[in-house]
Amino acid sequence: MLIKTGEGIRSSEITPKSLYLSRRAFLAGAAIAGTSAATGLKLCDIVSPATTALAAGKIDGIKKSSFSTAETITPYQDVTHYNNYYEFSTDKEGPAELAKNFRTRPWKVKIDGLVDKKQELDIDTILKMAPPEERIYRHRCVEGWSIVVPWVGFSLSELIKRANPTSKAKFVEFTTLFDLAQMPGQRRDVLQWPYVEGLRMDEAMHPLALLCFGMYGQDLPNQDGAPLRIVVPWKYGFKSAKAIVRIRFTDRQPQNTWNLSAPQEYGFYSNVNPNVDHPRWSQAKERRLGEFFKRPTLLFNGYDQVASLYSGMDLRKYF
Amino acid sequence: MLRYFKPVIFLVCLLPLGRLGWRGFYAELGANPIEAITHGTGDWTLIFLLVTLSVTPLRRLTRQYWLIGLRRMFGLFAFFYGTLHLMTYVWLDKFFDVHEMLADIAKRRFITAGMTAFTLMIPLALTSTKWSIRKMGGKRWQVLHRLIYFSAAAAVIHYIWLVKADLKKPLEYAFVLAVLILYRIVAWLVERAKTNARMASAEMEAS
Repeated sequence: MLIKTGEGIRSSEITPKSLYLSRRAFLAGAAIAGTSAATGLKLCDIVSPATTALAAGKIDGIKKSSFSTAETITPYQDVTHYNNYYEFSTDKEGPAELAKNFRTRPWKVKIDGLVDKKQELDIDTILKMAPPEERIYRHRCVEGWSIVVPWVGFSLSELIKRANPTSKAKFVEFTTLFDLAQMPGQRRDVLQWPYVEGLRMDEAMHPLALLCFGMYGQDLPNQDGAPLRIVVPWKYGFKSAKAIVRIRFTDRQPQNTWNLSAPQEYGFYSNVNPNVDHPRWSQAKERRLGEFFKRPTLLFNGYDQVASLYSGMDLRKYF
Repeated sequence: MLRYFKPVIFLVCLLPLGRLGWRGFYAELGANPIEAITHGTGDWTLIFLLVTLSVTPLRRLTRQYWLIGLRRMFGLFAFFYGTLHLMTYVWLDKFFDVHEMLADIAKRRFITAGMTAFTLMIPLALTSTKWSIRKMGGKRWQVLHRLIYFSAAAAVIHYIWLVKADLKKPLEYAFVLAVLILYRIVAWLVERAKTNARMASAEMEAS
């Protein structure tokens, strides 16, 4: 299989974290210069933007990846305060607060289904399977907005190889934690819990598919799917399951949660595709957070190297 | 009373806009400010439509008949916030691309519903003056202004068709609207029963 690596990162083009954080501080400072009324709220950002913004632990030994995009990274504050994470809240600002005390240790991931050996892996065993890489990916939500996130993780294939699925395994299914005590959003049945997502085996084995446990060089924040999630950058965001507790190999296409909720609106594949609209809104354009003008959406979110996975498939039928 | 009260209410009605402007200026509208503005103005359009529709029940139930003096202002504020809401779509979402907007109106049912809600408000705003009432005659004016029920219903449907899975908020608006319409149906039935009874007793006396 030919794997195109896409455009390389020119490190000069990535906004350093300190710079965009200080930009925020500058904006806040400007606000304070304008009026004395706003001081109380904004002062903390100016005094120490880095410590207030980043509370998680730093991940050591992160390698760069040729899969990374050179596009401007979305500010950490936005990526951590604009979350679709219905297990906590249907409101995008909600998860940041409601996931604050979410326990990510101890954490076990059950590996079962069509595998040589069913097992339960400890999260820290999984994290040691391969060296962590920074993957700066575009992330496109089915709602029509997008962000650029420096995820940390390694290819999902690293785990799959070690799980030894049998030759009958054609799909992988991911299940999110179900815990009413910790995930208040699950008390409302806006979706059927637990959240389930799935990939075809060749999709899951594609090196772009990421098993993710960090971002911005730090541990994954709870509201972004800690301690373990997947990131499938050529598919709409909801395909990238968060807080994974079970990985099951199967010969049948998994029933993913959003497809169950509205089958005519959310397909199993859900590849980013500007030519196939959501039945209720257009997918031709997207609003990159932080940008004023909408930008055109790219097929497979610009990850052309996955196109061969779908050759000969009618992407309108298999949306 | 109304003379002093009305300017205060007018300013209160501008507060939501002031708050949006304030939060926008101080970069407090979150990660997606344009979405926050769109949702904010949309919410306040619906709220003012429902407030306008609450005036009649409220003044009857509380016997505070002077409240009618505020109704036109509330209605015009609904139109005002509705216009801002539409402008966020026309300007910030579609960048004045008429072709794309027309395609949207035809294809996207939640846009169709939203446009219907707004279009129905236009004649109401245009005929909101005392002069119009005189010119049209009270009865005809009243009939025309019943369009507000359809506008409010279209606005609620617009919201319902827009959300992905969580219908809680649009259904809350739908509930309030249903109560306000139900009040009118009940009031009308009671009125009719009274009239019938009066006519019956009048006939009795006559015979």
